[in-house]
Amino acid sequence: MSSEFDIAETLDVKGASCPMPVVKTKSAIDGLAAGEVLEVLATDPGSMSDIDGWADGTAGVELVDQTEGDDVYKHYVRKTE
Amino acid sequence: MGTDTSDASADDASDGASEATDGDAPSRAELAARVDELEDALAEADDGGKKMSIIATKGTLDMAYPPLILASTAAAFGYEVTVFHTFWGLDILHEERSKSLKLSSVGNPNMPVPNAVAALPGMDRVTTRMMEKRIADNDTATVEELLETSLDMGVEFQACQMTIDLMDYDEDDFYDGVTAGVGAATALQDMAEADIQLLV
Repeated sequence: MSSEFDIAETLDVKGASCPMPVVKTKSAIDGLAAGEVLEVLATDPGSMSDIDGWADGTAGVELVDQTEGDDVYKHYVRKTE
Repeated sequence: MGTDTSDASADDASDGASEATDGDAPSRAELAARVDELEDALAEADDGGKKMSIIATKGTLDMAYPPLILASTAAAFGYEVTVFHTFWGLDILHEERSKSLKLSSVGNPNMPVPNAVAALPGMDRVTTRMMEKRIADNDTATVEELLETSLDMGVEFQACQMTIDLMDYDEDDFYDGVTAGVGAATALQDMAEADIQLLV
């Protein structure tokens, strides 16, 4: 989907399973500047709930969007501060 | 502060005495004390966010995962995490032994073989290999990977001194970054300050 935000960086965690998608997302977000959006590509079905829960419970990040298709789950996380 | 009356000198009673303290309403001093109390509690609550304390007591391959997965995930949430390893849990921190943790084939009724068969020599090796293969096929992180990742993320791993001595391990046997020389009082203090406490 085309969207109203620019992707600053893409993290590919395809193949990795819990807890690595969340853990690597956190590390990648740390490297971004405030306002930038990270795209995360995962094949772990649990990442839909996990990244949502992580973004919800973590200060300084916000889940912008999540999509599901062709066995790849895409997550868009913005660093807010 | 007492309820002061008219014959006190003006200087002595200047603070708070100007308003009469009547029956039920809390005095200004009481309110001020309460505000101080709440501000202290707030400062404490804001002190670095949430904390998690895990006690890891098991060293089988399957039981090494829950503390490491929760520790790394909590670190990703920004929690301050301490994992206190004791008894067989020390093997998770043991650089050499952590790479050959075993799965027990007995004592688990979910195993595909009856306990009488599972108890035969070599069966633990078979079930361990089976599990290791599944871990590899499924791209599940290894114990070593999870431990290194958690250390990178700032998780504090502690090795119980009493059991280090009991098992005849050496401080140098553990991964770099592991804290040795701690005991139950340290663990208890962490647990008392933590929002989440788990015994694995």
